[in-house]
Amino acid sequence: MPKRDLISMEDLSRADVELLLDTAESFLPVLERDIKKVPTLRGRTVVNLFWEASTRTSSSFDLAAKRLSADTLALKAGGSAVEKGETLKDTAITLSAYSPDIIVMRHPSAGACQTLSANTEASVINAGDGKHQHPTQCLLDLFSLRQNLGRDLDGLKVFIIGDVLHSRVARSDIMGFKMLGMEVTLVGPPTMMPRGIEAMGVTVEYDLANLKDADVIYVLGIQKERAHSGADFLPSLREYSRLWGVSRARLRPGQRVMHPGPIDRGVEIAADVADDDENLIAHQVFSGLAVRMAILYRTIVGYSDGTASGEVV
Amino acid sequence: MPGPRPANEVVVLTAEQMPRTITRIAHEILEKNPGDAKLAVVGIHTRGAFLAVRIHKLLGEVGGRQYDKGDLDISFYRDDVAARGAVGVIPHTPHPVVKDTDLPFDIDGATVVLVDDVLYTGRTIRAAVDALFDYGRPAAVQLAVLVDRGHRELPIRPDYVGKNLPTAPKERISVRLEECDGKDEVVLVRSKEG
Repeated sequence: MPKRDLISMEDLSRADVELLLDTAESFLPVLERDIKKVPTLRGRTVVNLFWEASTRTSSSFDLAAKRLSADTLALKAGGSAVEKGETLKDTAITLSAYSPDIIVMRHPSAGACQTLSANTEASVINAGDGKHQHPTQCLLDLFSLRQNLGRDLDGLKVFIIGDVLHSRVARSDIMGFKMLGMEVTLVGPPTMMPRGIEAMGVTVEYDLANLKDADVIYVLGIQKERAHSGADFLPSLREYSRLWGVSRARLRPGQRVMHPGPIDRGVEIAADVADDDENLIAHQVFSGLAVRMAILYRTIVGYSDGTASGEVV
Repeated sequence: MPGPRPANEVVVLTAEQMPRTITRIAHEILEKNPGDAKLAVVGIHTRGAFLAVRIHKLLGEVGGRQYDKGDLDISFYRDDVAARGAVGVIPHTPHPVVKDTDLPFDIDGATVVLVDDVLYTGRTIRAAVDALFDYGRPAAVQLAVLVDRGHRELPIRPDYVGKNLPTAPKERISVRLEECDGKDEVVLVRSKEG
């Protein structure tokens, strides 16, 4: 079987996505019992390479691999040979000496995962590359939606609000949401809206006037450095918050708020909205573990679906 | 209308024989475990689970009380996932969607009768026993199968057998059940290449 990477949502068909979400669901009971571990990937090695800061993604990938009984190896940019100027290619060659089965990588540059994949026999899973893609975040978002709003997401209206331009989460989510039939509207300051993004089949708006139409409100984080003088994306964080911040007053009951984290209270999302039990933010973190277990599992056993015959091994 | 039966299929258990066979297994389970307060039937997905439902119903009717019942999916315990280039893997068994494991009773101290349709290499049963022990510590584990076709690769033997059926490795046993296949029968399928 040739190796299977997960670098972009484009690597997955709708059937693949649904199989991954179903597989993730089947891991939930495992996570609830006393022994929260299955022997599935015993003897396999999963390397986590995080060249950028991460809490949720790196910790959930690490735990997901451990829950599947794989051996894990974590490398961060700080403290590794990258600080001495080792290239990604050489890091890949070095790690290949340990014959890993899967390398999970976060990297500041778009396309880094392709470079890695070309230099290793391991399957590469993209945990976020520059402004390009973050497919595992998209899958966990879809999983949270399915668990909370029902399996059929067709026709659901989602507003993605914020810095779409710099957001790999937005790029993956647009693809995943569209794939499952959701209607996607992007809202944000014109300086943070990629030109021509409508080509992805989304509606673009520059204010929150139609926010009441949304079933789901997906809030993107605003990085403070975007408001610095010289960056020219925002006059100030206060200005952003006034125009695009998601506050209780702007929501109607029943709307579900999501956020990929880390949240910046009082900037893109008001504290009372962030703390509301109705939002899906904590559920998204919860989903990360089961979904990443499913991704590791399917990367090894394959995506090909089939019904069990009357006879198994 | 279903077409004529393919020439390479031989019926080894008919729709009339199946209920008798399953009833006999249920009686044997009760005979072997007289008065066991914590007797439970656990089926292995997919067809083992349907058979377990039938056996559980019969136990209730014959034993005059309700016994515990559950089902087990062994996908995460298969031994052909972890080992790279595993040998002995039957090529036509892909990794299907994982079904729910549901054990709504206390495994600790229970006498668990595992139920599966076909006993072959024993690897499925090995996986099922491993899975079971991640949920608790049963007092005893017994095995009931509809067909034992031989060719064991592990030291596993069934406690209750519907039919012993010596087979060639190239042959296949297809268990069909009303619940998922629309009819009850067990057929031996000879490989077409001979």
